[in-house]
Amino acid sequence: MEAFFASLVSVAFHGAALGMILYVISVGLSVTMGLMGFANLAHGVFAMAGGYVLTTAISRFGVPFPLALALAFALVAAASVVLERLLYSRLYAASDLEQVLFTIGLIFIAVAVARFIYGTLQQPVVLPDYLKGQFALLGRDFPAYRVFIIVFSAVMVALLWFGVERTRWGAMVRATVDNRAMAQSVGINTKRLFTLTFALGSGLAGLGGGLGAEIIAIQPSYPFENLVYFLVVVSVGGLGSLRGPFVAALLIGIADTACKYWLPQYGAFPIYVATIAILLWRPAGLFGRRA
Amino acid sequence: MSAAALETRGLCRSFGALTVADDINFRLESGARHALIGPNGAGKTTFINMLTGVLPPSSGRIVLGGEDITAMGQAKRVKRGLGRTFQINALFRRLAVIDNVALAVAERRGVARRMLRAASTHADVRSESMDLLATLGLAEDAGIRILDLPYGKQRLVEIAIALGLKPRVLLLDEPAAGVPSLESHRILQVLDNLPKHIAILIIEHDMDLVFRFAQRITVLVQGEVLVEGPPEEIVKDRRVHQVYLGEQHHG
Amino acid sequence: MSAHAGGYSADPRIRWIESLPWIVALAAFFLLPEYLSLGARILIYILYALSLDLIVGYAGIITLGQSAYFGLGAYVAGILAAKAGISDPMVQLVAAAAAGALLGISTGAIILRTKALTLLMLTLAITSVLLEIANKATALTGGADGLSGVVVAPILGLFRFDIFGKTAYLYCLLVLLLGWWLVRKMIYSPFGTSLTGVRENSLRMHAIGAPVYWRLVLVYTLSATIAGVAGGLITQTNQFVGLNVFSFESSGELLVMLILGGVGRIYGAFVGPVVYLIAQDLLAKQFPEYWYFGIGTMLVLVVMFARGGILGILDGALVKLRSRP
Repeated sequence: MEAFFASLVSVAFHGAALGMILYVISVGLSVTMGLMGFANLAHGVFAMAGGYVLTTAISRFGVPFPLALALAFALVAAASVVLERLLYSRLYAASDLEQVLFTIGLIFIAVAVARFIYGTLQQPVVLPDYLKGQFALLGRDFPAYRVFIIVFSAVMVALLWFGVERTRWGAMVRATVDNRAMAQSVGINTKRLFTLTFALGSGLAGLGGGLGAEIIAIQPSYPFENLVYFLVVVSVGGLGSLRGPFVAALLIGIADTACKYWLPQYGAFPIYVATIAILLWRPAGLFGRRA
Repeated sequence: MSAAALETRGLCRSFGALTVADDINFRLESGARHALIGPNGAGKTTFINMLTGVLPPSSGRIVLGGEDITAMGQAKRVKRGLGRTFQINALFRRLAVIDNVALAVAERRGVARRMLRAASTHADVRSESMDLLATLGLAEDAGIRILDLPYGKQRLVEIAIALGLKPRVLLLDEPAAGVPSLESHRILQVLDNLPKHIAILIIEHDMDLVFRFAQRITVLVQGEVLVEGPPEEIVKDRRVHQVYLGEQHHG
Repeated sequence: MSAHAGGYSADPRIRWIESLPWIVALAAFFLLPEYLSLGARILIYILYALSLDLIVGYAGIITLGQSAYFGLGAYVAGILAAKAGISDPMVQLVAAAAAGALLGISTGAIILRTKALTLLMLTLAITSVLLEIANKATALTGGADGLSGVVVAPILGLFRFDIFGKTAYLYCLLVLLLGWWLVRKMIYSPFGTSLTGVRENSLRMHAIGAPVYWRLVLVYTLSATIAGVAGGLITQTNQFVGLNVFSFESSGELLVMLILGGVGRIYGAFVGPVVYLIAQDLLAKQFPEYWYFGIGTMLVLVVMFARGGILGILDGALVKLRSRP
């Protein structure tokens, strides 16, 4: 019984870490979808890029960990601005098919570039000493890095939610998600809003990718393999919503960890079945707005 | 009292705290020429959407030809003779005019689900569609794609599709909206020539059209029926004047 | 995207130019005997692309999960051949079709209640589920190593699958002919026209009383059946089936082939795979990373500048030629 309880706590803990990473990565996708109506399937590319920036900065250039994290955010955000201004913004009015094709094209390009530069193996993650080892909490030992992931992500999430609730930017985002045409007619500069929000969402994805490099391995097939997870988080959570994907990400993180631990022979099968069931019950997601 | 072609009893619809339809009791007689007017945001299109089944009411009943259709889906209501047009054209833009109409005709005739014989071999659907287009003066445009057609004619196709369903009740949502005044006489002609047995409810802002066309007018304001009656009475009603002259009315 | 086939004024008779693909295919059989295995692969992918075009081009449903039905057909044929000792190719193919149909109708009924991104995600999820199953059920599927030992008996007891790929090529050509004929018939039918109606304006289709959901489920099931047949063919011609039938790259590549040729026009599904697979055969062996980079770039460029694909460009050129005095 004691052992079962211990594994329960462990699963919940590791599941929460995975969930936080999933959320930090996916929240940008949800907001982009709700704001611009653009389904950016290539979102995983930003997460992968952040992972590569982090691991390269640390392994190749000896950059200290905190700075590397900041770089993962900043560089990916900056690159996303370029992509948005040059390419994405031309397709906001394009058909769904065109948007899907475009983002798949981006994925193919990114994967080829990653494979060319880094080869096909996973990037090794070198953690700073102060984040290695165990962390004692309530009489139990937890891997220190996972604790860091949870705490750091929670801080990021809190900042994000505060930003959306309290800042002018956040108000504009909420207004535009609610009714784009109305927002434009009251003078909100949607072009700039899109670029800024896109950069923020992509930067967060990069940050999440780097932060979670130990949990979701950084390799060229990253955008393909993990696309389903990001989409599940956003669909189940509700497109355009901020809180919904948070709950969804935690649920999925914990459920996935639980399944892999207790039912390893089934792999991710139960997650998908559960996703299908939830979406049948609530097609707009658990917290979705549009019926 | 004979059964109305279409009737609503106590129809209500709210979105949270916002009420867009408040206890609407409405009656459309057979063969009626009935207009629904009201300021913008009064809830006219919402009302139509509830009648057609696009939007479920929060409460109340909808009765079509004596049959309660409140719980019925869109397709079933269409099969029972309810047709509508849209305020903003809902056409099959890259298809030809004849295909736009034929789609509706084929659905009504039960032909649309057939998979083996080619569509163009169904002469009955083609000839009925062409006849319909002819009555609307669109016969020469049959092979032209919608997006190559001037707006006024597109609006006519919008009506043609609904007529292809041979409805007993026809709901027209601002049929002349956006049509340049030079072309709108065509629409008026078409409206005048619509089969007498069809009960027609028309939403319109163009008052000339309304007074020319309607035998009865319902005025909807903020989701509620303000007043209803023949045009001569509506014109004289002070409350209607207040509404249209923008005087303040309930906070 | 223009030049929709079908409709109530379209002439359904087969135009002479439509016999061109078959003439080319037969000519290739006689003139290019060393390339028949590539040829068979192209024929199979044309069938596969046709199945996708039904959904994407005609019904307007965007999916990345067509490989679920392809892969299922492939594995069903393979398992029957290698594990159940059923080597008759007709039986294998019928089983692959049936499996595609069953999965198609059950998943279609579910996912067609959703739209857009959610639907897309579900198609990915379904493929991932099948990939997981194929990966784990090693006794049945061979797991990551794939399923070999696929035995295919001579067709009708007469035509043996020879090492030169002659039988395979003609076999695939015949199946493709049948598939093409059925798809073409369906597109020109009232049902096919109603599908273009759904694609052009689903709102209006509801308003004219069309049972949109059921029509979509039906075409989705048909499409899945055809994809299943294509999958069965690929196992039969390779005498092997591996996990890559379920890969994202495979779904993406199929979409690329279709877009390349032109969506929503039957022959786009012919042109696309021919161009893609031949180019891949010539270029990708030497520079595999450059290949996917090139494909990605091409996709981005096509979306930005050439939305009708190759046939769309040809159409545009024809229009310009005709309008010259």
